[in-house]
Amino acid sequence: MNEIFPNLAVAYGEIFLGIGAMALLMIGVFKKDSVNLVSWLSAIFLVVALFLTVAGTGDVTYTFNNMFVADKFTNFMKILVLVAATLAVIMSREFFRLEGDDRFEFPVLMVLSTLGMMVMVSANDLMTLYMGIELQSLALYVLAAFKRDSERSTEAGLKYFVLGALSSGILLYGCSLVYGFIGSTNFSAISMAVSNMGEGGAPVGAIVGLVFVLAGLAFKVSAVPFHMWTPDVYEGSQTPVTAFFAVAPKVAALALLSRTLYVPFGEMSASWGQVVIFMSVASMILGSFAAIMQSNIKRLMAYSSIGHVGFALLGLIAGNAEGLRGVMIYMAIYLVMNVGMFVCIMCMRRKEEGMVEDIKELSGLGRNHPALALAISIFMFSLAGVPPLAGFFAKWYVIIPIVNAGYFTLATIAVLASVVGAYYYIRIVKIMYFDEPVEEFVAQKSFPMKIIATLSAVLVLAFIVPQISSPVLDGATAAAQGLSQK
Amino acid sequence: MVTAITFYIFATILVGSAIMVVFSKNPVHSVLFLILAFFNAAGLFVLLGAEFVAMILVIVYVGAVAVMFLFVVMMLDINFTELRKGVQDYLPIGLLIGFILLAEMVIIAGGWTMTDGIATAMTTATPPASEVTNTDAIGRVLYTDYIFLFQLAGLILLVAMIGAIVLTHRKRDGVKKQNIGDQVRRRRSDAYEAVDVKPGSGI
Repeated sequence: MNEIFPNLAVAYGEIFLGIGAMALLMIGVFKKDSVNLVSWLSAIFLVVALFLTVAGTGDVTYTFNNMFVADKFTNFMKILVLVAATLAVIMSREFFRLEGDDRFEFPVLMVLSTLGMMVMVSANDLMTLYMGIELQSLALYVLAAFKRDSERSTEAGLKYFVLGALSSGILLYGCSLVYGFIGSTNFSAISMAVSNMGEGGAPVGAIVGLVFVLAGLAFKVSAVPFHMWTPDVYEGSQTPVTAFFAVAPKVAALALLSRTLYVPFGEMSASWGQVVIFMSVASMILGSFAAIMQSNIKRLMAYSSIGHVGFALLGLIAGNAEGLRGVMIYMAIYLVMNVGMFVCIMCMRRKEEGMVEDIKELSGLGRNHPALALAISIFMFSLAGVPPLAGFFAKWYVIIPIVNAGYFTLATIAVLASVVGAYYYIRIVKIMYFDEPVEEFVAQKSFPMKIIATLSAVLVLAFIVPQISSPVLDGATAAAQGLSQK
Repeated sequence: MVTAITFYIFATILVGSAIMVVFSKNPVHSVLFLILAFFNAAGLFVLLGAEFVAMILVIVYVGAVAVMFLFVVMMLDINFTELRKGVQDYLPIGLLIGFILLAEMVIIAGGWTMTDGIATAMTTATPPASEVTNTDAIGRVLYTDYIFLFQLAGLILLVAMIGAIVLTHRKRDGVKKQNIGDQVRRRRSDAYEAVDVKPGSGI
């Protein structure tokens, strides 16, 4: 309030991306055939934003009238978001070069969506939260419907838009109830007001509002029972769009969910605890069982991501720094596994048919393309949570806190769900190595794609090495302590 | 006294026209009733001393949104009697859901209490209405306290614009665009040619 000019230093990354996106639009409009240039510039801008974020001190700083916060937690999550977005831009560049339908707006929309995600991560006010979510989702709706000649893509975009608008409505209704009953939209102010409520606790209306806000955010992370849109949108959108959907927005929405539950409503954990337990258990179970029936690899990844969100939510249930650290490690590992897996999915291309998505098409990949089959196997085993791959550690770091917090039933359900999930992940490995070979795929020639797939496979394998994993673990520890102290 | 009478006039017409929006058979009439409802709502805002919101309501909602509705309704060939066919079937469940929502709202409203000091907080947040106009009061905070949200809203609108263009604009073959340079350069000799046609034969 007292500052005459807001402290812009903490938001350099966001400001840079905002201005950068507008500059890219100008380049795209006035320079003919500039898709390549705009794409690579987008990737470069995202990397620059990453450096600007890393350069931040990590001290807790509020700015823009307390609506925006930067600390170690936001830095960690923004790094994940920006890495995921950069890789998605590069992947989509390589995809569209083969597929045609090049339009420069694609990377620009990705950059703007990423900007929305960064705002979500840094939100310290219900209004900033909403603005960030809208900026992010509006760009994603357009990306989902980007292939406008395709019925499936249009359907995906429309479905996502209608359901997204509904969830935004629910979220806003919740925000207005919270504002009405608590008297502020600012996270710090809400937190203070809730802790001063006395023995009566928060009023019923605020709890109803909190549940509505939670429902709106659950839609964005696609937790059960707000997951219905996920398989259809993942299947209908083009593969690089799905690859983008599967990682960056999830990381941002989970970061936002963590902050919302821990900072303003930290004192009301008894009210949200049961809701989060239900969402987590239902997501894990549905994610495991529904994926068994899927024959389309993108639908399978959709159910897999629902299941993984269930696991990530486990960490929030513990309600302490250890649990939050688990969530952050989970998202970091989830990012690497998913990016790698989607690069492999983009390699499923035949000469005449173009992209294929059926799981059966992978038959005999072990003989035709041993390297690709090996990479897919690594990602599948890791997604299933087989030790000593990274996916195992992701689950380990969220299950240990809830065991320590005394939720034994929950831990048992989680382990059982991951056993069921292992079935469909490993089935793919079986199809690749033991089924009759079908016509082989076109070899992947793109150098960046090879690098991304190899690097993520190596990271997944090498997570057990302390030198590789310690930056993630230490960063998450420091960030989690910062957030849960407040 | 005058305020009370005016309030009741505006409120009655507002509720009446809102009902007519739902019940009138002709969709164009519905939109026109919607416009009437907006005008009366604007009147209520004026009574509350919120003249800026009242003007925005008239300019934005009546001037832009409602007129666009009217265009859409007139351009789309929708058979509204066909659409209404299922009403009888869905009425019971619709009423049930409506009743549940109403009951929930009553329960929530029942638990409503004012936090201590909220009354003073509400009055100190904005300068008194007698000293500054609405527009002035909004202008004082819009570009200072809320600059961040204001800029974000701008970006969201930019994304909406890009989206609309990306999803609908396409290059079509055979579309003739005006080229003023060509038009100006055009000479009489480009356009026609005098042919000496002999009698009894074609060209």
